Amino acid sequence: MSLLTRTAGATPDLAPSRGPRESLLSRGAALLVMGVFTLYFLVPIWWLFIASTKDRGDLLTTNPLWFADGNFFANIGDLLNYGGGIYVRWIGNSIAYAGLGALLATIFAGMCGYALAKYRFRGRETYFNIVLGGVLVPATALALPLFLLFSQVNLTNTFWAVLLPSIVSPFGVYLSRIYASASVPDELIEAGRIDGASEVRTFFTISMRLMMPALITVFLFQFVAIWNNFFLPLIMLRSEELFPVTFGLYTWNTQLNQIPELRTYVLVGSFLSIVPLIAAFLLLQRFWRNGLGSGSVK
Amino acid sequence: MQHKKRAVVTGVALLSALALAGCSGGSGGDGGSTADAASCAPSDGKVTLDFTSWIPGIEDVVAMWNEENPDIQVNVQTGPNGNGGTYKSFFSQLAAGNAPDLGQIEYDALASFRVQDGLEDLSACEDVVAAEKEFIPWTWGQVTLGSDGVYGIPQDSGPMALFYRSDLFEQNGIAVPTTWDEYKEAAKAIRAKGGYITNFSTADINQFAGFVWQANGHWFSNDGKEWTVDLTGDESTKVAEYWQELLDEDLVSTYPAWTEEWNNAYNSGEVWSWNSAVWGANSISSGAPDTAGLWSVAPSPQWEAGGKSAGNWGGSSIAVFKGTDHLYEAAKFALWLNTSDEALTALNESANIYPATTAGLELPSLQKGVDFYGGQKIYDVFAEAASQVNPDFVWGPTMTQTYADVSDGFQKAVTGSGTLLDALKSAQESTISTLKSQSIPVAE
Repeated sequence: MSLLTRTAGATPDLAPSRGPRESLLSRGAALLVMGVFTLYFLVPIWWLFIASTKDRGDLLTTNPLWFADGNFFANIGDLLNYGGGIYVRWIGNSIAYAGLGALLATIFAGMCGYALAKYRFRGRETYFNIVLGGVLVPATALALPLFLLFSQVNLTNTFWAVLLPSIVSPFGVYLSRIYASASVPDELIEAGRIDGASEVRTFFTISMRLMMPALITVFLFQFVAIWNNFFLPLIMLRSEELFPVTFGLYTWNTQLNQIPELRTYVLVGSFLSIVPLIAAFLLLQRFWRNGLGSGSVK
Repeated sequence: MQHKKRAVVTGVALLSALALAGCSGGSGGDGGSTADAASCAPSDGKVTLDFTSWIPGIEDVVAMWNEENPDIQVNVQTGPNGNGGTYKSFFSQLAAGNAPDLGQIEYDALASFRVQDGLEDLSACEDVVAAEKEFIPWTWGQVTLGSDGVYGIPQDSGPMALFYRSDLFEQNGIAVPTTWDEYKEAAKAIRAKGGYITNFSTADINQFAGFVWQANGHWFSNDGKEWTVDLTGDESTKVAEYWQELLDEDLVSTYPAWTEEWNNAYNSGEVWSWNSAVWGANSISSGAPDTAGLWSVAPSPQWEAGGKSAGNWGGSSIAVFKGTDHLYEAAKFALWLNTSDEALTALNESANIYPATTAGLELPSLQKGVDFYGGQKIYDVFAEAASQVNPDFVWGPTMTQTYADVSDGFQKAVTGSGTLLDALKSAQESTISTLKSQSIPVAE
């Protein structure tokens, strides 16, 4: 959690210009390690991009890391039209599950973590430890029990079956509590009370802003977790119209033996499906930098 | 802070309310599904059936049915293929009591649903019993599971034959092998030219099972009381030792099946033949597009010269799940889907389904020459193979585990530790212990 220690009000601000001088050797080594890792992470994406510009024949026969013929837009057009435009629907579903789920999860986790950090009540540590325990339970292990529960209330194969389990984030609670206790000064809350603001209003207008870097982190983590959550939709959903994009692409992938042209669609579809994630990261990461509440009580 | 405490109390109250709602929902659901399962009588009024399948284009075929049968509407749901997740869903839905009325189940998975008591016995329906004669006899054997019941309607089959590069065989003066001995000789000749006769897949254990099936071997049997597991019977051992020799002498390649690498081995002409099922025709044409027109199909090599025996790889059925309220309608739909000319033609067009009925093998689309195979009428070869499949081969109730264990052992064998036979031996033991752990009676 380096971003936490950096941004928490407890630590002194880092002076940007004056760092210890590093030797050329160690800097070179660091660059090399980072370079290798960058390559390691980017090559698959590059491959995916190249593959999605090729038609089916070229995919196998031409250099996998360089362009053959520009079929990219034709491929995208085919993909968007296949099966009555079901792919667009899947992308929409994923955005709905992940966007809405992450938003609600962030609000709940923020409130919960804030309450645990700033209020004293009996059993506070017990609640917190139970929530912490939740971090350790893998989501996969919960999918089947959740399915049985949702079956009893007839909610399987509905939008809610994927959304409801996604709006809890034990890790988010943990992060919010740690962050709130470090970055939301008690004096500020007191000041709010003296001015007559209700606790809820104090939370939404003051504390939440101070906690913004943590909340953005929770949101991004949860967004990615829901976007990539595969097992829950697999267990819960039966209707194609409800699938998120990951599960839809997987379904296509299992049908490759029967409909070979799906291979192209799976590749192009996978490539397009990472675009929203990249966009979310690029748009939200600036909040990590300017969300600091430092100086508010000086 | 009085109001904090109240919030907690409200939360607890909410939770218990949810729990209560859950319970009452459950008892209501159970009450609905206790209809008499054994009777096969038509329901009154309009009926809606849920049907889960992963066959491409199944929606269009079902739409044809829905148009003709306003009183029996079928609601189709698609998903990944069986082992890709749909079987898992079926089992959880059965546990929760909300399984669909009908589902796609491959032959090798039917027994696992049967031992969990997840399937309706269709022999209660006269139409189903009467339809037996329409099907290729061995496919019917796959759905009766060696009992008097009928646990599904056969949909397609995967009779096996030999796909080979006729151009390469011809240019190099190598005769197309008709026996496994000749196959091995051909393999040596091809290896001398720098190629491989085929690729041995450690992932497709059902292909290997197809070889054992062809050799008249049996992996499982069930006398109605208990299961017998025999992965290491004489025929199975013979097949395993045969392929072990090919592996030892480096006569076959061992690329992971269904990968780009594997496609490429075929596309580049490094690998010359593939013992595969009828549906493999499409896999080659999509995986090795540069070799169009160069392939042919011949009957599988035999263990004895002049023998006439074929293996089977794949094939599936449409089963009716326990808990359906509309057995009669479900059976009627399943029969239409798998016997009517219109449905079989549509399924063949959209998904290359190779029918399980004798009449289905005469579909016009199966009588044509196929350009990818140099215009050869390849389906004639498969139709003949379909009539040569041993009807007595039975799948076990824990095939997922058996496949996985054999596959693990095969993987070790191709990397040089242990043999294929060792893999079968250890899978034999693990299968018996898995059966025992699921309280399925098994003979030692």
